[in-house]
Amino acid sequence: MVLFIVAIGALYASPNLYGEDPAVQISGLRGIETNAATLDVVKAKLDESKISYASIEMEGGQILARFKDTEQQLRARDLLDESIGDEYSVALNLTPATPEWLATLGGTPMKLGLDLSGGVSFLMEVNMKEAINKAQESLVDDFRTGLRGEKIRYRSVKQVDDAIAVKFRNIEDLDQAESFLEKQNQSLLFVSDEDSLTLTARMTEQKLKETREYALQQNITIIRNRVNELGVAEPLVQRQGQKHIVIELPGVQDTAKAKEILNATATIEFRLVDTDGDLGAALNGRVPGSSQLLKERNGQPVLLKKRVMLTGDHIVDAGSSFDEYSRPQVNITLDSAGGSKMSNGTKNSIGKPMATVFIEYKPTDRVDSEGNTVFEKVEEVISVATIQARLGKTFRITGAGSQAEAHNLALLLRAGALIAPIQIVEERTVGPTLGAENVQLGFQAIMMGFGLVFLFMLIYYRAFGVVANLALGANLVLIVGVMSMIPGATLTLPGMAGIVLTVGMAVDANVLIFERIREEIRAGKSVQQSIHQGYDAAFSTIIDANITTLIAALILFAVGTGPIKGFAVTLSIGILTSMFTAVVGTRTVVNAVWGGKRLDKLSI
Amino acid sequence: MQILQLKETVAFMRFRKVAVVFSLILMAASIFSLATNKLNFGLDFTGGTLIEVGFEQAADLNKIRAMMDSNGYDDAVVQLYGSSRDVVIRLATREDVKAEMLGNQVLDILQAGTGQTIDMRRIEFVGASVGDELAEQGGLAMLTALICILVYVAFRFEWRFALGSVIALFHDVLLTLGLFSVLQLEFDLTVLAAILAVIGYSLNDTIVVSDRIRENFRKVREGTPEDVINISLTQTLSRTVITSITTLLVLAALFFKGGALIHGFATALLLGVFVGTYSSVYVASSVALALGISKEDLIPEVIEKEGADQEEMRP
Repeated sequence: MVLFIVAIGALYASPNLYGEDPAVQISGLRGIETNAATLDVVKAKLDESKISYASIEMEGGQILARFKDTEQQLRARDLLDESIGDEYSVALNLTPATPEWLATLGGTPMKLGLDLSGGVSFLMEVNMKEAINKAQESLVDDFRTGLRGEKIRYRSVKQVDDAIAVKFRNIEDLDQAESFLEKQNQSLLFVSDEDSLTLTARMTEQKLKETREYALQQNITIIRNRVNELGVAEPLVQRQGQKHIVIELPGVQDTAKAKEILNATATIEFRLVDTDGDLGAALNGRVPGSSQLLKERNGQPVLLKKRVMLTGDHIVDAGSSFDEYSRPQVNITLDSAGGSKMSNGTKNSIGKPMATVFIEYKPTDRVDSEGNTVFEKVEEVISVATIQARLGKTFRITGAGSQAEAHNLALLLRAGALIAPIQIVEERTVGPTLGAENVQLGFQAIMMGFGLVFLFMLIYYRAFGVVANLALGANLVLIVGVMSMIPGATLTLPGMAGIVLTVGMAVDANVLIFERIREEIRAGKSVQQSIHQGYDAAFSTIIDANITTLIAALILFAVGTGPIKGFAVTLSIGILTSMFTAVVGTRTVVNAVWGGKRLDKLSI
Repeated sequence: MQILQLKETVAFMRFRKVAVVFSLILMAASIFSLATNKLNFGLDFTGGTLIEVGFEQAADLNKIRAMMDSNGYDDAVVQLYGSSRDVVIRLATREDVKAEMLGNQVLDILQAGTGQTIDMRRIEFVGASVGDELAEQGGLAMLTALICILVYVAFRFEWRFALGSVIALFHDVLLTLGLFSVLQLEFDLTVLAAILAVIGYSLNDTIVVSDRIRENFRKVREGTPEDVINISLTQTLSRTVITSITTLLVLAALFFKGGALIHGFATALLLGVFVGTYSSVYVASSVALALGISKEDLIPEVIEKEGADQEEMRP
């Protein structure tokens, strides 16, 4: 049983012994799928340029090409980036060279933290004040149009601190407005003051929470999209707490560029398709003055009117669902100003096609006179749909194709309207040399700590010291094995320190047991009785002592971020595995070696 | 082999009063130093920018300082880090330059000024608000840890032990912080992690001692609580010393081999282990004794079972 568990640990720890293959990872940008056809294209391109690859395959929706050396890898990256880089993200990667039989068992090496692998991590903060502010601004708009629509006269609608104040001329209007607005806005708290003829509306806690949550989620979505543009293998974008987003980009050295992309803006425009213009002529360069030639996702050219019907900052929400014929559709909600614009824009265009254009500012390699990167405006038509009726504040786009496409479209629409600005509040960049150095230092510290304790135990407890050392070795293997098995566990430099510390503290359980055995022998008990007694008496102490340490480690895990979390992880895992090896493990060995024999002396 | 072979019970508790005075003086000194010298908070807490660069040859700090000065960064703190070729430059948060771009600008300045190929080793930028939140969170974490432990120990042992061990932990944390303040060592996130690890370690020790005291209260029929505590401390002393030795051995490995980045971490733990070992012998048991721990408090309803067990064991 003990042997079995240690063997499993060793099996899963073993992928760490294999090195890594240089690879290039290709994934689709903005909803473009990578499929077998893409695979063929990539293969053909590589063969054409006589770049030899070790293997090339689809893996989880991405194409992964492994190479024998970094030279081939770099050449392949440059080639692919140039040829298909517009639609696909081409990233350098190091893929674990785990043998296939191990990989099929789920064996993967430990994930290294940024402080070990090199790369950059950002902490971005969403400006929640602004998010709430924008939501309130849109409420002011809503109130105005709502009251006007109901023909209720008001003096003014204003934003006052964290509330919206509506002033009236008489009590009747106030009462009428209150009952109307209350019905319209369930998520607001209304208070009327009859003396000053003012109706005050406040967002409920629930609504405030929702607004913040939405701002955070939206920003995460946008950042994910942008990070994909960066061409980084295995990026991480994750929320942290109430208003922060963590972004980890392993292997990225050019942080200036990364920051520019994260701070870059994207927007959406709704424009009418120019159905009168001659597309063929436009393709030959004769574009009408009021129109512009753009391309759809699939490369199809579209002739659009230059006049913008609506910009994306009016989009309040966008989501995908199914229509009554269970076809995928995208539901769009605009703010009231956007609603009336849309209404005006579409009233004479029913039956005509409308295009949704995604505009992005991508950094280029060029630099202007002040040393700032030049941004290039990239426009792309992401959908063309026929206007079925006069559109208002809420409308839907059907015929988006698959459900995934509808989802992507909704995502892009939301990305166009950033409701809360974000800011980088923390950055940590670790260069590749420091990362490699940290790995080496951590490894040396573990080995040295292990060696010292090993020697000490051997000298101090002789034969039993050997048993404790076996347990210590098994513990180390188990920690590495468990770390490799848990998908989210990342090894960091403090994490390595945690392993070193566990090595020192793991022997404590054995020290407790052995000291107890010595005591019992000194008290005149027989050898077998002493061993038995030693293990039994020490057990509850070991449990108590370890559980309290575990409490400290778990709290650290809950509070800590990045490297510190890594420390908490190895410490927690170390505590658990060490309890197992030091109590159950050594008992098994001791029983096997000394059990059932009459002994007068014990080498302890 | 045996380091300590104690035939006689050591009357630890006889020096209890001395220890209490000693601890109180140290704690007062720590509080005084924390109040006057404060902690030398690292970038994680203060906010600002830190750039670590590696040069090909030994770095000329004065030249780098002059370079920074002439580019308007006269507040830059330039230091060697770990070796003569590694330099750390610290900058406070500035208003005129976008903070997140500062690191890249400094790299450019150095690159241009020295003409050497500079190896960017690390850039850290922490916004001021993040630091404040972190300090708050860190304090909260420590408090939560102490409370959780208090509850667990009270549940498993007895409230006097719980209070004793938490006071011991508080004592350890305070003294470690005090030493960091006196020596003006940099207090960063890893040090905070180390202090939480110290809590875990010191508790480990305290629990082992408390466990033995509980056991002996049940076993040893005669003798005052003070005697029982003395016996227990003597019995566990050997284990306490050995575990401290093994822990100190690995910490020494970390301290000397672990590199500059975890130097603070290793230092905090080294200090903490010393203090923790002392406190588990003196502070926790002294407090429990002062609170009037006695046999009756620790002999719950399981008395029959325990008694039967003992008869069998007695030779």
